[in-house]
Amino acid sequence: MPVTVKTFSNVGEAAAALSSDRGARYFGGGTLVMRALNEGDLSISSIVRAQDQALLRIDASGPRVTIGAGVTFARILAERDFAFLHAPARSIGGPAVRNMGTVGGNLFAPNPYGDFAVALLALDAVVSVQGGFGARDIPIEEFLQSRERQAGALVLSVSCQKPLAAEAFHYRKVARIKPKGGSVITLAAHLPVSSGRVLGARIALGSMAQTQVRAKAAERALEGRPLDASSITAAASAAVEGTSPADNALASGWYRREIVGVHLRRLLSGQK
Amino acid sequence: MAKTALQFRHNGRDVAIFVDGGTNLLVALRELIGDMTPKFGCGQGGCGACSVLIDGELHLSCLTLAESVAGRSVQTLDGIKDGPNLHPLQRAFADNFAAQCGYCTPGMLMAAKALLDRNPQPSREEVVEAISGNICRCTGYEPIINAVLAAASGRARA
Repeated sequence: MPVTVKTFSNVGEAAAALSSDRGARYFGGGTLVMRALNEGDLSISSIVRAQDQALLRIDASGPRVTIGAGVTFARILAERDFAFLHAPARSIGGPAVRNMGTVGGNLFAPNPYGDFAVALLALDAVVSVQGGFGARDIPIEEFLQSRERQAGALVLSVSCQKPLAAEAFHYRKVARIKPKGGSVITLAAHLPVSSGRVLGARIALGSMAQTQVRAKAAERALEGRPLDASSITAAASAAVEGTSPADNALASGWYRREIVGVHLRRLLSGQK
Repeated sequence: MAKTALQFRHNGRDVAIFVDGGTNLLVALRELIGDMTPKFGCGQGGCGACSVLIDGELHLSCLTLAESVAGRSVQTLDGIKDGPNLHPLQRAFADNFAAQCGYCTPGMLMAAKALLDRNPQPSREEVVEAISGNICRCTGYEPIINAVLAAASGRARA
């Protein structure tokens, strides 16, 4: 069914159009919204586009990086300063999807997708959104938990601290098909080490709940301890706590619960 | 609902059509322009059968809003041969038995072309990665990978 296409030159006008129409959906790279249109989603009556360069902005010069919501995964892979994000970007789709899919859109991708958001959750990212009443920053965990209510807001960018050391950030997507496939589970961990102990552990999981979630019990098992076999075993045992994985065509919820600890242990131990 | 006028370059030729709001590029190419080389597979971005090049970059036409290609250049399989002569990739696919039912072949060829345009001498792993968004249910992929490598090495018949 035809829909109204509204194209704006700046994000303010686009955000106003988005927040004033319940049937409006923001159109970024197209990998989510065009798919919904192709499937005949009647809840979409209009699509809103913004051709604003602000959405394509990248700032990777300092310790804190900012990525415009319209930046594609192909562009992330082309930026040397984003080396810590290359593994999550490369794990998404094939080359065409990476040329189209955007960082902002991935925040809304349902299971078994949304792998980049798992990495951002482990990095304690902040999501900048613009709604009808102005712009605000939302911690990504809060954003993801209220994702259904964010459809009327326009995501402008995400920002996060670069890991102080490359080895402090770990990422793995478990898929049945390599190099491309939907996620059975996705894991990301940011484990900064100070004086030989983990301080500020963040572990995020994809496909283990309705949205990406933090494995807080596993984080507690590592916090303040050296990253060794003992703490890794404790974290692996706790990984399933607080999760509620669903069944889908790729795996059952039971299977996901069974393997999440195994893969967390392998990830933190540096095993393949 | 009013249609929108859309102009873009299609295989080196300027075209102008009217599209309904929300029309995807695959429908515009097949039903409004008559270029049947990009195929409808899944409509979800999962199979790659509809792959085209937009300004030289590989995209899925089923997930591309037709209006977003206004003023841009779209290349499909129909535009890669040189007159009556097959493109070296097409010749390599034929020589290496890289097509069986042929439904994935247009998308595979465009994905392969996108690779060779920016990396004329890819490794086997790079070929595998380049076609990772394209599903083939017949060949088991090996003949396709061999065909792309043959085209890259100039082993395809001219």
